[in-house]
Amino acid sequence: MPKPFDKLTAIAAPIMRSNIDTDVIIRIERLVGNNIRGTLGKWAFGSLRYLPDGSENPAFILNREPYRQAEILVTGPNFGCGSSREGAVWSLQEMGIRAIIGSGFGDIFFANCFQNGILPIVVDKEIVDGLAAEIETTQGAGRISVDLEAQTITSPSGQRHNFEIDPRRREGLLQGLDEVALTLQRDDEIRSFQAADRTARPWIHFARKSA
Amino acid sequence: MGTPGRTLLTKIWDQHVIARLSEDTDLLHVDRHLLHDLGGSRGLLDLKSRGLKVHNPELTFATPDHAISTAQGRAGTIKIGQELLAALRTETSATGIQMFDIDQPGQGIVHVIGPELGLSLPGCLIVCGDSHTCTHGGLGALAFGIGSSELTHVLATQALIQRRPKTMRVKCEGKLPLGVVAKDLILALIGHIGAAGGTGYAVEYAGSAIRDLPIEGRLTICNLSIELGAKMGMVAPDEKTYEYLRGRAYAPQGEMWEQAINAWRQLPSDPDAVFDEEVVIDVAKIIPQVTWGISPEHVIGVDGRIPDPQAIGDPARRAAVETALDYMGLQPGAPIAGTPVDWVFIGSCTNSRLSDLRAAADVVRGRKVAPGVRAWVVPGSETVKREAVAEGLDKLFTDAGFEWREPGCSMCLAANGETVAPGQRSVSTSNRNFVGRQGPRARTHLASPASAAAAAIAGAITDVRTMGR
Repeated sequence: MPKPFDKLTAIAAPIMRSNIDTDVIIRIERLVGNNIRGTLGKWAFGSLRYLPDGSENPAFILNREPYRQAEILVTGPNFGCGSSREGAVWSLQEMGIRAIIGSGFGDIFFANCFQNGILPIVVDKEIVDGLAAEIETTQGAGRISVDLEAQTITSPSGQRHNFEIDPRRREGLLQGLDEVALTLQRDDEIRSFQAADRTARPWIHFARKSA
Repeated sequence: MGTPGRTLLTKIWDQHVIARLSEDTDLLHVDRHLLHDLGGSRGLLDLKSRGLKVHNPELTFATPDHAISTAQGRAGTIKIGQELLAALRTETSATGIQMFDIDQPGQGIVHVIGPELGLSLPGCLIVCGDSHTCTHGGLGALAFGIGSSELTHVLATQALIQRRPKTMRVKCEGKLPLGVVAKDLILALIGHIGAAGGTGYAVEYAGSAIRDLPIEGRLTICNLSIELGAKMGMVAPDEKTYEYLRGRAYAPQGEMWEQAINAWRQLPSDPDAVFDEEVVIDVAKIIPQVTWGISPEHVIGVDGRIPDPQAIGDPARRAAVETALDYMGLQPGAPIAGTPVDWVFIGSCTNSRLSDLRAAADVVRGRKVAPGVRAWVVPGSETVKREAVAEGLDKLFTDAGFEWREPGCSMCLAANGETVAPGQRSVSTSNRNFVGRQGPRARTHLASPASAAAAAIAGAITDVRTMGR
């Protein structure tokens, strides 16, 4: 069940390269296994964050102060494209990220964020670029505020931008709703759909191996 | 005024709405839920820990593919892969879910076995915890990848909450030139509209070139939908689809088959259906494609030159190209053909079906893998493997110097320890040339099976059309 999200004022790190895929966010070998939760934070952005000898890459933004404390990422176009691995979201969550602001996200990554109480915010590229520029001007010290209730982002210099969000998803994040429990409250509807569908499309429901 | 025309997507979507949750979000019925070894047992254990039951085990099917070794005898399956395989066996058996185990017909890459077994059908809503689930759209199914939380939701409820996507139609018109195949077509499209061009859309591939494609080519096209950002890609079912499915193990039989076909004939988009976006491609101009960078949109014709960042005005794009070329170790402006390769991988849910292996074999026949090149053929399923062996393809490949492997995902994503070594260059028939995808610092060039086979023989990226077959 996701933690509720309401308001956040935090250090933000711009990672502006386009098409940062979920393989880059978390490598597959970190995700092989059933007991991986809680182990992933240190491996987020591994190929960018560490040098081949395993030491930290000082050039990567999340290895520098104050960005080590970042709870917000400001991202380039198509962040989170590629694989459906929810481990990408888990790894960001485990390193303390709670909101991501970008001009567009991979569809599956975007949905996975909401499942884990992370708020992905889509705004125009000009706004994203403006936020990144302001952060750089303040050398990371300027904080970004996100208010989900009011649907606003406030830049370090106080510029306020509205953002759009699906009302259902907004409600889900604000309340930290458990979708499985909510859907199971509709189990009668699911079962009556299936009963009717068994007549309409029996080949779906009676999939049996033929000789 | 009659009712407006409806798209293939809308028709399938509407048939699956259990409840309307908001203006654009529905609770949808899931017809087929496919589990694999990487996330399947995790989902089942998650469900158990919540004290919940699998809602419809008879609509859920499992197979190991990601973390198992593809070495002969499955030798060298990593320890954690063995644990995941054991857990998948235990948890599917405890919940009454059918599992297609290793060495059994039915086992294979989950997106190869669904169509092959006739589990994937037109009009079917199929989900799997894997982004390449869009592959099954090649049969006229609505199929898409989901995350771990959604996977648990589907196990518990046999339903999924989804926002209705926008619709895009990609009309592929004309005839593909000789030696140019489905993989080249879809890579060219990704190069044309970009890796985010389809984000937020369900893409329907249409037009004469799509109708002309065999079903396995349509599966390849739909497989790469996610690489243009679209989590759903589909092709309207037609007579070829029905011919492909007729008699498959889990396809309906007899009277139910007739009933199903009659329903499927209603699915194609109406002639007056309106899409949110339309793209038209003239396929006659496409030549064999190969990627040069770290996103599938970094693609050129095999006769092309590697982009020169100095010639790019936009600073962000210039920086992206510089980053890609630095990672790939390529010279700006040089021809891509002739680039020496260390590895060739023929396999993956994109290109590991029998027709793919035959296409590669046609190039390889009577030739040898170039010295210094390691080349693997990893069939997509146990059935593909057996059919290929029956045709002698295994011998053809091994005589030429290829390794013939057991079915699985293998080096496409390197989850099972099968990797390209750091700094080495691979031509791969898979779907992603991401940084580190085939192993840390591995350099991947995506291409068709025939182009990959040509690279193995020549020891370098090569225009397969020059190989005289």
